[in-house]
Amino acid sequence: MDTQQQYGDEARPVLEAPDIARVLTRIAHEIVERAKGADDVVLLGIPTRGVYLARRLAEKLESITGTKIPVGSLDITMYRDDLRLKPARAIGRTEIPGDGIDGRLVVLVDDVLFSGRTIRAALDALGDIGRPRAVQLAVLVDRGHRELPIRADYVGKNLPTSLRETVKVLLAEEDGRDTVLLGSKPASS
Amino acid sequence: MMRHLISAADLTRDDAVQILDTAEEMARVADRPIKKLPTLRGRTICNLFFEDSTRTRISFEAAEKRLSADVINFAAKGSSVSKGESLKDTAQTLEAMGVDAVVIRHSASGAPYRLATSGWIDAPVINAGDGTHQHPTQALLDAFTMRRRLVGRDAGLGQDLAGKRITLVGDVLHSRVARSNVDLLHTLGAEVTLVAPPTLVPVGVETWPCDVSYDLDGVLPKSDAVMMLRVQRERMNAAFFPTEREYSRRYGLDGERMAKMPEHAIVMHPGPMVRGMEITAEVADSDRCTVVEQVTNGVSVRMAVLYLLLGGNESAVSHTRTEENK
Repeated sequence: MDTQQQYGDEARPVLEAPDIARVLTRIAHEIVERAKGADDVVLLGIPTRGVYLARRLAEKLESITGTKIPVGSLDITMYRDDLRLKPARAIGRTEIPGDGIDGRLVVLVDDVLFSGRTIRAALDALGDIGRPRAVQLAVLVDRGHRELPIRADYVGKNLPTSLRETVKVLLAEEDGRDTVLLGSKPASS
Repeated sequence: MMRHLISAADLTRDDAVQILDTAEEMARVADRPIKKLPTLRGRTICNLFFEDSTRTRISFEAAEKRLSADVINFAAKGSSVSKGESLKDTAQTLEAMGVDAVVIRHSASGAPYRLATSGWIDAPVINAGDGTHQHPTQALLDAFTMRRRLVGRDAGLGQDLAGKRITLVGDVLHSRVARSNVDLLHTLGAEVTLVAPPTLVPVGVETWPCDVSYDLDGVLPKSDAVMMLRVQRERMNAAFFPTEREYSRRYGLDGERMAKMPEHAIVMHPGPMVRGMEITAEVADSDRCTVVEQVTNGVSVRMAVLYLLLGGNESAVSHTRTEENK
């Protein structure tokens, strides 16, 4: 399907494939710098696209540090506070690396940071799985409009948006190509 | 969208696969140090048991508590039902208390359907066994166990049971487990064969989507799973077979018979087992017997059903029969 049709006529790319690769490399370096190496880092992606971003980050971290970084996925569906407002949704995959997260530095990875409610749910989910040494947050795009006191540690691109706009991240693994699109919401919603 | 789970026949293939996939994720919760999710916090679920069943009740209760729901257990014995209160009055009492879902077990076939369609109560109704009619969550947990063992835990995600040959043996006539399993396994693409004494085969079985055989030994070598059914003495009001010994000799599963099954085939039983009659201790305690696994899987499957029916403002499972109650 034509991307323009699928995401509205005015959807325009704000990050293209080379930009995404570049910001992920930068985030990987920032993680190594802040964690003073990446020995105890565990990357947990939030499905769906956060998981792919976490895997890409792990590859980059490995090429920088030479050590293998554990990657997992953390589904937060059942921890959402808006479950009763929407139809029941399918559950994604939660996969915690074999050694667990106790005492490790967990970096949560997501595509877009918006209200902060997803991250709040992720923190609750983490609490049921183990006790990390610290939790940090890496996002590809921060579009603002926070409803909770949550801030990302690593941001690919700060993208000031209005609430009438939509941000859509497309990744090759899921959508066939890498791009971040900024569009306007259809009038009906 | 489906609001109730009354019969395994109401589920489409996609619904059933979605429930099994969700159950697989729920099973992971059981491996965690904290076996609890906040998903149904603030929801009240009533387990309405008009017929005794410890196993099914505690399985539902465990599932409800793992999803953080508030649980009310209602047993008909010692309640106003023994004083003559009707199902309607009980339902309206629950409605007035603001119950969010009702899990019902009743000795009368059709009681859950009545509860769901009569307008007495607005909450979703989940059938936990009605008379000789249906026991859909049992069929789902059996299908879940089969998919795990015969297709694989991870390989099974998104898959059905296409091409698997499943044999159900014993008291088909009185068995809601058999009816539910035939419906669901057929939906999931499996080939089902019923094996029973002619007296325990229901009238009209030729309209069911399955084969019928009277010869267990002939069916065993081509079965991927053999499910033994309990002989339900409490529902038998006449002599259906001459002696227990004869039943056991022709339709019981012992070590010798189990050896005729293919290497990968599993033995299942919905429990409670009557050892020595339907199944020998040797078979019941063997690695191929999944009885204990079925109990564990029951909690995961019931968590999945509760989540999909109650997790949102409308359920995620589509609907066929009780469409008028939307």
